[in-house]
Amino acid sequence: MGKMIGESIKRVEDHRFITGAGEYTDDIVLPRMTHAYILRSHLAHAKIRSVDTTAAKSADGVVAVFTGEDVAHINGIPTGWQVNFTDGEVMREPKHPLLVKDKALHVGDGVAIVIAESKEQARDAADLIEVDYEELSVVVDASKALEAGAPMVHDELPDNRAFDWQLGDKAATDAGMAKAHHVTKMKIRNQRMIANAIEPRSYIGDYSKARDQYTLYTSSQNPHVIRLLMCAFVLGIPEHKTRVVSKDVGGGFGSKIFHYAEEALVTWASQQIARPVKWTAERSEAFVTDAHGRDHNTTAEMGFDKDGNITALRVHTDANLGAYLSTFAPAIPTYLYGTLLQGQYVTPAIHVTVNGVFTHTTPVDAYRGAGRPEATYLLERLIDTAAAEMGMDPAELRMKNFIPAFDGVDQPGYQTQVALQYDSGNYEATMRKALDVLGYDDLRKEQEEARKQGRYIGVGFSSYIEACGIAPSAVVGSLGARAGLYESANVRVQPTGKVSVHTGSHSHGQGHDTTFAQVAADHLGIALEDIEIIHGDTEQVPFGMGTYGSRSLAVGGSAIVKALDKVKEKGAKVAAHLLEASEQDLEYVDGKWTVKGTDKSIGFGEVALASYVPHNFPEGLEPGIEFNSFYDPTNFTYPFGTYIAVVEVDAETGTTEIKRFVAVDDVGNVVNPMIVEGQVHGGLAQGIGQALLEGAVYDESGQLTTGTYLDYAMPRADDLPSFEVDRNVTPCPHNPLGVKGCGEAGAIGSTPAIVNAVVDALRPLGIKDLEMPLTPQKVWAAIQSANA
Amino acid sequence: MKVSMTVNGVAVSHDVEPRTLLVQYLRENLGLTGTHVGCDTSSCGACTLILNGEAVKSCSLLAAQCEGAEVMTIEGLAASDGTLHPIQEGFREKHGLQCGYCTPGMIMSSVQLLQRNPNPSDQEIRHALEGNFCRCTGYDNIVKAVQWAASQS
Repeated sequence: MGKMIGESIKRVEDHRFITGAGEYTDDIVLPRMTHAYILRSHLAHAKIRSVDTTAAKSADGVVAVFTGEDVAHINGIPTGWQVNFTDGEVMREPKHPLLVKDKALHVGDGVAIVIAESKEQARDAADLIEVDYEELSVVVDASKALEAGAPMVHDELPDNRAFDWQLGDKAATDAGMAKAHHVTKMKIRNQRMIANAIEPRSYIGDYSKARDQYTLYTSSQNPHVIRLLMCAFVLGIPEHKTRVVSKDVGGGFGSKIFHYAEEALVTWASQQIARPVKWTAERSEAFVTDAHGRDHNTTAEMGFDKDGNITALRVHTDANLGAYLSTFAPAIPTYLYGTLLQGQYVTPAIHVTVNGVFTHTTPVDAYRGAGRPEATYLLERLIDTAAAEMGMDPAELRMKNFIPAFDGVDQPGYQTQVALQYDSGNYEATMRKALDVLGYDDLRKEQEEARKQGRYIGVGFSSYIEACGIAPSAVVGSLGARAGLYESANVRVQPTGKVSVHTGSHSHGQGHDTTFAQVAADHLGIALEDIEIIHGDTEQVPFGMGTYGSRSLAVGGSAIVKALDKVKEKGAKVAAHLLEASEQDLEYVDGKWTVKGTDKSIGFGEVALASYVPHNFPEGLEPGIEFNSFYDPTNFTYPFGTYIAVVEVDAETGTTEIKRFVAVDDVGNVVNPMIVEGQVHGGLAQGIGQALLEGAVYDESGQLTTGTYLDYAMPRADDLPSFEVDRNVTPCPHNPLGVKGCGEAGAIGSTPAIVNAVVDALRPLGIKDLEMPLTPQKVWAAIQSANA
Repeated sequence: MKVSMTVNGVAVSHDVEPRTLLVQYLRENLGLTGTHVGCDTSSCGACTLILNGEAVKSCSLLAAQCEGAEVMTIEGLAASDGTLHPIQEGFREKHGLQCGYCTPGMIMSSVQLLQRNPNPSDQEIRHALEGNFCRCTGYDNIVKAVQWAASQS
């Protein structure tokens, strides 16, 4: 390891954010820019009889009004993953139009776009549009949508399914269940979540008539993918004449991965009116149009032999996909969910079946963790419940079933029953460390004492694994991905020895400007200040798949390392020439090429300058030093850890207080511990939010009743504890940095730890399960009925 | 209608629509885009600034209500020579920010907190900042950032 990797370097990007100089999309003002407002359906399912825009078109300041009719010739928003039915029928993929023409399918479906000189004028004019709706019947729950006679979301799809899917060995699972000494069976609802990045989505379309070129400024996690989808699949405009720019982005958590209709709309509309068009979501609009997450109805059974060894796991899930298929939607409840059901355990037989279901709700897609939290939640609830039912300690039951340690180098990777091969893991070690940090034995005694005093303290465990570093292109291609999931990098050495690193990863809070610079500084042996990380602009960065799935360092960082290796290789050629030595005789240390065993050396800066002033270069040695690379991983990475929550429930009010939260993660090697801890903290907060506070609720008519920050309760500072975070290191054996990824871990592992702790606290009352979120009202009601 | 006020020590005056919000006036008329909008309903705190010495949410005030007022935004917090305010430094020192979107509002709320309570406890900081959402950090490092700033005086 070098000098920078492993150090908690303060973030270089912070200065602009703490001085108010960040550059978010809504901050951008272009000459002659217009403002758009989108009129949306207030009904969840309605036939549109007519749309009258006459008054709106002649309102003050209005430049143009477009309806579903005007964009009916444009393709719909595509989905990036194809999951076919188990009987071979191709995935059902109804059109997701930019604006609806005949029918609105969820509250928030766009009906018309009004473009005016100011946002206020656009909004005023939208009020003048008359839409004649005929209200139709609605279904919002995935399982109810499958019932015979349920209202249909798409007229051509009578059973509301987009696909069904299965994974694992059914016969072996049936046999494992049949021979089980004990079976724990649970109905589990993983509620719908809304990512709620604090920056609302914002887009500016800017068509240049002079050059016939398009620019889209977008608050996106992956500008190149947006460009590809929008150009090739939606608008049919030339990719090489389209630039997509995502400068600073105010949080994403998955919700800004996807290609949204408004991106294509402002781009198309800008061409129509030959002026820039800006649209920024209002928060209430974001609530019903940002893709949601989770929303699974699951039945799960886990069988155990008489010693507590798991014999089989059987899972069935109805996954709510919303009204249309969002970009990653089909992959989330299948390949990012079913494949994680091995968890950290040696479960010998697993079988999972999934229905992907349309409903009259906002589309559902990846939200921090994306499929993996849902898998972890059911596994960790099952094993905790089983421990209680069998009278075993939940930590011991987990350890009894853990996969033994393997480093992926001397011991092979672990082949799961559900398609994946884990790269390296040491699950017992993170559990043991978490128990130590917590002081487990003392805590159980404290719990016992508290119970005698009528206080309800609970301890909850969660041992999670996740698959990230997404992903080997060949593997995901075979599973239905319509894209490869490699990453690119470009390293440009400037004549003065300064280095520009272009990455296809995208930072929206992850601190790439710092972490990637640390990697480059170490590899080149030069100062951090001499490196600039550039991302988020398709005109500057060769290509990119963006940031999601905790992939940036494992995939994007590896691409940078590959390009840096090429830089050093070329630098050695130049140095050999300048030193009049053979390349083989050179070593590169601390930013200098030295002829081994001599004091003859030349620095990186001199080599850089000579490369651009090649007055005496020999034939065959090209001037300049600049290299591209594409890195396609050979496997996913598999971070893991054990979390333990300690809570106290106030039986009088139903309020849960988190007394301690211990998180021990193993995310492989770590470049910047401060940033990794920050990522873990943020994930914990979101996972705890799901356990205790958050949940999107639709009423029977399809109205989102949690459509404001007053109704959708995200954690505030005084809802959360100070976290006790620790780490083990089991390096990833298959990427050059040995890193696994840390962005989603906290959100995956923390939710079941909290629920397990609350249930553990209330077990003396006979409470065995509670449905998230565990609001005081819900917990209080459960206590009341338990006492009744 | 005409509004006049002092923003970050500079006297400004513009004709605006009566319905113009303070945050809109700052962002659109003055180009001070450091003050962010996260919700329009005073729930998230991203638009927090200091108005006549008090931390307020500028999405819930009309520019017209601020006639003659003294406004300080995030852009006016550092000294004129660029020396950062201790709270700004604290956020960097303790990794109290990730995406940066809530940060200006969070910093301005913290400025008022330390004015009122120069040596707050963990719980006092959490209580004082409960009007500001952060979706990235889980707040732990924000608490440490404020404590760091408190320790500097």
